[in-house]
Amino acid sequence: MTDIAWIDPVLRAARPQVVGALTRYFRDLDQAEEAFQESCLRALKNWPVNGPPRDPAAWLILVGRNVVLDDVRRRAKSAPLPADDALSDLGDAEADLAERLDNSHYRDDVLRLLFICCHPDLPATQQIALALRIVSGLTVKEIARAFLVGEAAMEQRITRAKSRVAHADVPFEAPGAAERAERLAAVAAMIYLIFNEGYSASGGTVHVRAPLCEEAIRLARLLLGLYPGEPEMMGLAALLLIQHARAAARLDADGSIVLLDDQDRRRWDRDLIAEGLALLEKAERHRRAGPYQLQAAIAGVHARAATAAATDWTEIDRLYGALERLQPSPVVTLNRAVAVSKVQGAAAALALIEPLEEPLSGYFHFFGVKGGLLMQLGRADEARVAFDRAIALAHTPAEAAHIRLHLDRLMQQSQPA
Amino acid sequence: MLYAFLCCHDEALDSSWTKAQDDAVLAKRHKVTEKLAARGKLGPALRLMPTTAATTVRMGREPVVLDGPFAETKEAFLGLYLIDCDSLEEAIEIAKQIGRDEHATFEIRPVKQFYPSGLAS
Repeated sequence: MTDIAWIDPVLRAARPQVVGALTRYFRDLDQAEEAFQESCLRALKNWPVNGPPRDPAAWLILVGRNVVLDDVRRRAKSAPLPADDALSDLGDAEADLAERLDNSHYRDDVLRLLFICCHPDLPATQQIALALRIVSGLTVKEIARAFLVGEAAMEQRITRAKSRVAHADVPFEAPGAAERAERLAAVAAMIYLIFNEGYSASGGTVHVRAPLCEEAIRLARLLLGLYPGEPEMMGLAALLLIQHARAAARLDADGSIVLLDDQDRRRWDRDLIAEGLALLEKAERHRRAGPYQLQAAIAGVHARAATAAATDWTEIDRLYGALERLQPSPVVTLNRAVAVSKVQGAAAALALIEPLEEPLSGYFHFFGVKGGLLMQLGRADEARVAFDRAIALAHTPAEAAHIRLHLDRLMQQSQPA
Repeated sequence: MLYAFLCCHDEALDSSWTKAQDDAVLAKRHKVTEKLAARGKLGPALRLMPTTAATTVRMGREPVVLDGPFAETKEAFLGLYLIDCDSLEEAIEIAKQIGRDEHATFEIRPVKQFYPSGLAS
């Protein structure tokens, strides 16, 4: 058993490249996945005997392609030839395969594969599920568990998503620069969604779903490795790394949320933070600030502060201001308000968020922040109303429990024992 | 003779390990290296961040600064051990022990010059 234990991670690591390349050959996701499965089975038989190939991904691609070609040829003897378009690209694929096996040529395959998953026709949850299944190779069971739904429901969701993208016209030629940038942006957004799904679990009792966060980081690193000069990809990877570094400190032993201010900073993962900050520093050299870089920079300010009191809130206020200009949104303003409350006081922050009540009327965090500010200002009754709304809007028991803590504190203040 | 053990590894593979797998590999390696340390044979060791964190400065008439590692290769240089070995045979044996049950590659390079405290005079 132990002598083949090393194969599994190799297959897993090679998967995005292999399925990406096979999808280009066959222009069909299902066929690519089948071919990948078949080549994995052969690897499990062949590698323990012959040792690992020098380039496992190249080996798997060649074998996967040949398996399907042999199958097509075999069937061709007894059946009419398949339509030409089922075999497009195969002629020239043969010729340039040797060259394609260079690592740098995989990048468009991997990007395309991810891009297929984030097709705009698909709702976000389907995009994420599809990417986790096809690109990451998580089992339906694993994905279902992460989304807190039944396995059958998830199976159906993925099947439906697949059949939708099957008819989507994603061009298979190497993309031009503008097209590539567009794909990168869409894929980055999807990776961010995967991370968020793990970070803030929209429902259920498991608040931090680390595997989804780890998978998002893996994909972000993969993409950055393929496009090493993209500052926004550095920013995305940095953001995820620094956020994830706090995972162990975000929940207490009972599974309740611990706010940033109250977290035990010794439990932050310094390795992840250091890597995130290194990427951020690289990105900043390009002087092309973007939303991911700014968010990473904000996370970086928190990560650098030895204690909550030492946080450079002026810098955070400035960074949120820059983010507001790039991507105006009430949620960004709400976040800036927290920084403003630290720099200028709760009254200034409350004035800043008052116009946001309408656009954010269904947003848990708005009422949490509002209640907090009112509490600081000694307006206990109004604070209680805000906290009650927050509880009604909470997605997880941990969120609700956290707000209840504030409410209890208010109760104690109004009825001294 | 002092040898550098350059740890070359498929980076996609390395980064697909979970924290638990990573810890297990380090613990396994530690069992070998602590014995070397006890015998005074282990020099500095280091582990590098992923190549995505790398920056390359290529000198020429105009120095060029590039994002990423100097060469795009399947296997990347991810870490280093300095170990005092009696012979190449011993060095090869140590590499086999450190890398047991891994899918890793070690390049063993005899060290030409070593400045343990840098070059400051």
